[in-house]
Amino acid sequence: MKYFDDINVGDRMALGNHTFTAEEIKAFATLYDPQPFHTDEAAAAASHFGALCASGWHTVAMWMRLRILCGQREDAERVARGEPNATLGPSPGFRDLKWQKPVYVGDTISYASEVIEARISQSRPGWGLIHVRNTGTNQNGEPVLSFISTAFVERRGR
Amino acid sequence: MSRAETARGGRDVNAALHRLHVDAAGAARLGSDRPHRSRRVLVPKLYFEDFAVGFVAEYGPRRVTREEIIAFAAQFDPQPMHMDEEAAKHTMLGGLGASGWHTCCLLMRMIVDGFLVDVASMGAPGIEEVKWLRPVRPGDSLTARGTVQSVRASRSKPDRGFVTLHWDVFNDRGERVMTLLCPQMLLRRTPGASA
Repeated sequence: MKYFDDINVGDRMALGNHTFTAEEIKAFATLYDPQPFHTDEAAAAASHFGALCASGWHTVAMWMRLRILCGQREDAERVARGEPNATLGPSPGFRDLKWQKPVYVGDTISYASEVIEARISQSRPGWGLIHVRNTGTNQNGEPVLSFISTAFVERRGR
Repeated sequence: MSRAETARGGRDVNAALHRLHVDAAGAARLGSDRPHRSRRVLVPKLYFEDFAVGFVAEYGPRRVTREEIIAFAAQFDPQPMHMDEEAAKHTMLGGLGASGWHTCCLLMRMIVDGFLVDVASMGAPGIEEVKWLRPVRPGDSLTARGTVQSVRASRSKPDRGFVTLHWDVFNDRGERVMTLLCPQMLLRRTPGASA
């Protein structure tokens, strides 16, 4: 992770993409969101969604996965250049999550993040807090997901 | 006795909500992946009109194991604080803690099993706010308490309305670990009638 000191409002990251399969949509939903339109093709066809689609929590959990994997790649590059890595701390939460369109079987979602606010933590002065707008866009360029997350990021010299 | 009895509204609604609560507790005791469609016929559907500000219901408990915390994290949030007990000690969490997204998913499962199964739900357009207040530890038993914060009929679509629920998730030490604010879209029993 970049140090908080090196993060600027407006910084953008393309996090990569993921194609949702019927198998993983149903496996996720069976554990965490067993509503018929996420677990059963026939029931989904009869629902207001019209076809099997991913749980909204699945689409947002996949953002988290890609965010972490992207960070790990960047960390490895910094190590290769002999640069130190900052620690990414936990998140106090998120807001304004919008599931704008269903994610159907076979949809490929591209995820991106943009820093919209960065300030030093009042309660933990060794850390900064960054607010990031995260988005998911399907293969037709339609937004499917948007939310604003917050996370602690280590400051240099903590 | 049930917190559902604190709900405002008519007697019939209270009775239905009470049954809903009892049914949810029963489902939680059974623990599991009991298919919810089989229960659909047992409980009357609740519509938009059946909810009033201040209605409270509780669901769970749902125990979280170390294995599932690590399995969820490996799949969706592969950070040391969620996967490795030793490494987690040196993080802000001070020990292994579940991914916040995992806690959201566990709440979702309690909501599906206990609540959505009984209401004429059209899904949720999003989540207004989530706060992760404390780590969820291996072995914690989570309970969810939903409070209706606002109700409003849709202006553009006469067949539905929004019921905004504030969810508190507690661990078995009585500590609040997460709050979540969610507008739930519900069908109206009588489309188009004045709210």
